[in-house]
Amino acid sequence: MHRPTTKIAAAHGQWIQWICLFILLAGVSPVEGARVGDYVETHWSDQVARFWSFDDPAVRFAVMGTLLMGVCCGVLGSFLVVRKFALVGDTLAHAVCPGIALGFLWNVSKDPLAIFIGATLAGLLGTVVVHWIKATTHLKEDSALGMVLSGFYAIGICLFSMIQNLEVANKSGLDKFMFGQAAALAENDVKLMAYITLFSLGVIILFYKEFLVASFDSVFARAIGVPYLFFHYTMMVLLTFAVVVSLQATGLVLVSALLITPAATAYLLTDRMHHMLILAAFLGALSGLFGAFLSFLGNGLPTGPFMVVSASVLFALGFLFAPRHGWVPRWWRRRRRTARIQAENTLKAIYQVMERRDFSEDAIRVAELASRRNVSVAAIESELSALVSYNFVTRSAAQPDGQFVDDKTIAFTPSGWQRACEIVRNHRLWELYLTNAALYAVDHVHDDAEKIEHILGEDTVRKLERCLEHPENDPHGKRIPTTQNLHSYAPPGTGPEGRPTSHGGHT
Amino acid sequence: MSVWADLIPEFDLEEMVVAPWTAEFDPFGWILLMGFLVAFTCGLVGNFIVARRMALVGDAISHSLLPGIVLAFMLTASLAIPVMLVGAMVAGVATTVLIEIIHKNSRVKTDAALGIVFSLFFAVGVILINLYTSEVHFDAECVLYGEIEYLTLAERISLGLVEVPLPIVWMLGVGLVVVGLVVLLYKELLVTSFDPGLARSLGIPVGVYHYGLMAVLSVVIVSAFEAVGVILVIAMLIFPATTAAMLSNRLPVMLAMSLCLAAVYAVGGLHLALILDSNIAGSMVVVAGSLFGLVWLFSPQRGLLVRWVHSVRQKTKYAENLTS
Repeated sequence: MHRPTTKIAAAHGQWIQWICLFILLAGVSPVEGARVGDYVETHWSDQVARFWSFDDPAVRFAVMGTLLMGVCCGVLGSFLVVRKFALVGDTLAHAVCPGIALGFLWNVSKDPLAIFIGATLAGLLGTVVVHWIKATTHLKEDSALGMVLSGFYAIGICLFSMIQNLEVANKSGLDKFMFGQAAALAENDVKLMAYITLFSLGVIILFYKEFLVASFDSVFARAIGVPYLFFHYTMMVLLTFAVVVSLQATGLVLVSALLITPAATAYLLTDRMHHMLILAAFLGALSGLFGAFLSFLGNGLPTGPFMVVSASVLFALGFLFAPRHGWVPRWWRRRRRTARIQAENTLKAIYQVMERRDFSEDAIRVAELASRRNVSVAAIESELSALVSYNFVTRSAAQPDGQFVDDKTIAFTPSGWQRACEIVRNHRLWELYLTNAALYAVDHVHDDAEKIEHILGEDTVRKLERCLEHPENDPHGKRIPTTQNLHSYAPPGTGPEGRPTSHGGHT
Repeated sequence: MSVWADLIPEFDLEEMVVAPWTAEFDPFGWILLMGFLVAFTCGLVGNFIVARRMALVGDAISHSLLPGIVLAFMLTASLAIPVMLVGAMVAGVATTVLIEIIHKNSRVKTDAALGIVFSLFFAVGVILINLYTSEVHFDAECVLYGEIEYLTLAERISLGLVEVPLPIVWMLGVGLVVVGLVVLLYKELLVTSFDPGLARSLGIPVGVYHYGLMAVLSVVIVSAFEAVGVILVIAMLIFPATTAAMLSNRLPVMLAMSLCLAAVYAVGGLHLALILDSNIAGSMVVVAGSLFGLVWLFSPQRGLLVRWVHSVRQKTKYAENLTS
């Protein structure tokens, strides 16, 4: 710390405060050198052409670096995301901070190897401390992670401020290790990334089964003799490697996003771990490519934040549109299911109205249906138009005997008749099952059956029928349409034969 | 190795220990007071945050504030504290809402949702700064170090007898509001933090308290981060609570301990910074971390030492039982 008195002497009034706040705002914005765009000052279309032609060696290295980083972080991050360990990456990224300072102090130079070793050791120590705190205190994981993150980071900050006060020559570029510089990646950095990526992928492929079982079920892993702690720490070593090499391109705060976001997107897209790893690697590489490209478009734009934004956009797309787990498909499925249940309930109501008349008439009036369903005629109309569009009922009811001449009458089509019979059968079978096999009271079975009638599959229906010895009547004494006569039933209006008769329906 | 010798200046009792309390009390007194206020206010809120297992939500919010503050600045072209606070509060609450949306509507777990949201916000903040405020020179050191020393350069306003730096007045105000809220809503905060199910059955609006706490947290973080930097704010949130939790199970005791710990952090941090010639905020956290380490080892109920003695005793007792 400088003596405050000297700072007061150098005071320039209030604007220093302004600048200070701005500096605070700047966050970990990459400092000089972190900008692909610095190399050129041209129109953006030229920039696009320049980027995709890959002629510029700086562009080539930046792209290769970000691609490798995306692959490496995506694969390793997948294991974090499935283990609910996502924030370990964040903690690791901050915990390497004192290691970088100590690596520098080792022989007072920015020797990449010393810094790499220092950072890796510090990161590993951080994960060990998290593990110890969790194992020996009642404190929860989030507190342990937060303490290690901020505690190690503070040690790093103290060391850095002490280094700044040192009278040595080559301390100036040190903060670049913390702020990242994708554009300034040199051939050696990219080579190191390639080695680390290949090594990590090799280890994971070699011990895939062990990592898998250690990630998903640590107790089972121990039980079958997989050394859980060994694989836990192997994963931590690989992660630390990945974080340390990625720091150079993305900066300390944002490196955890490269571990989490592509892996979380992949997690939304698939249920198989090996698919997830491949997808996460692909998505990570895609984010890296887009990030490098977007930052190249403007002048003086940092790469890391654009990689994160690209990865987040991909995540948003996955969140909304993933086939199985996406929000829109799930919303659509839910809507369709609601519509189907609605239609089936209406079909059932039509059946019940007909049944009350012993199926003596082939069509019913809208008003009868509305009073049966206990809703307004307008609501019935919209339900009916849905049924008509499914081709379950017809609205033209010109009967030969002229009894229903108005077009406000409803008649089943053959498919509608069959569906209605199925729903009624499901309902009544289930009621009977609950009363006979599960010993429910007769007046308690309706609500349950009301829900399950839409879900029961044909095989379950067969089982129920066998189990109840092919019953004829439900607990309320109404007739159950059965499979044997279901298909031989003609819908009302096509002929009298095969119609079920309501048995005791008027009691 | 001359570097290591150069790294730490020679110890000077007069200048490093005595002077802050006598001759140079003017700057150092304010720094101490600011450090104490930051640590105490954060610690008070932190107790509830840690109890809710949301320690890392504090981390997320402290990063997410960035775009909120930048947008507030871009819209109003002013750096007045209330404008910053509104921006920060909006960003903070937006973060928690977004985390909840992702967590509730997909299979992604809370921790991953947290990581995704805060990195996105932070990245957007950095991009906005780069796109629209690039004429200002950024010195990234400052955000790491948290320049509590700049306090002495701040505008001062007169409060009766003494001229007080404005940030201290502001932090004092935030601290008093937080103390007032904790006293007034103590029971509700206690119940919603430790047993949300019970709170709901008692008719307490859990959601309101959750988002209210997040809003207060955002205000505290944005008021404090000027002094201690973006990332060290989290340390001030977590360390008092966890250190106190190693020593006591009672929330009132823990809250009182936060007060004492804040004083120790401020005094210890200042002297450590003077001795090592390092950054004050960083040193405060190093002191906080070391105190946690001590408590972890020597806590009378839960310390490693006590646990070890206990397990040895149990083993001998077991052995005696076997042999007798």
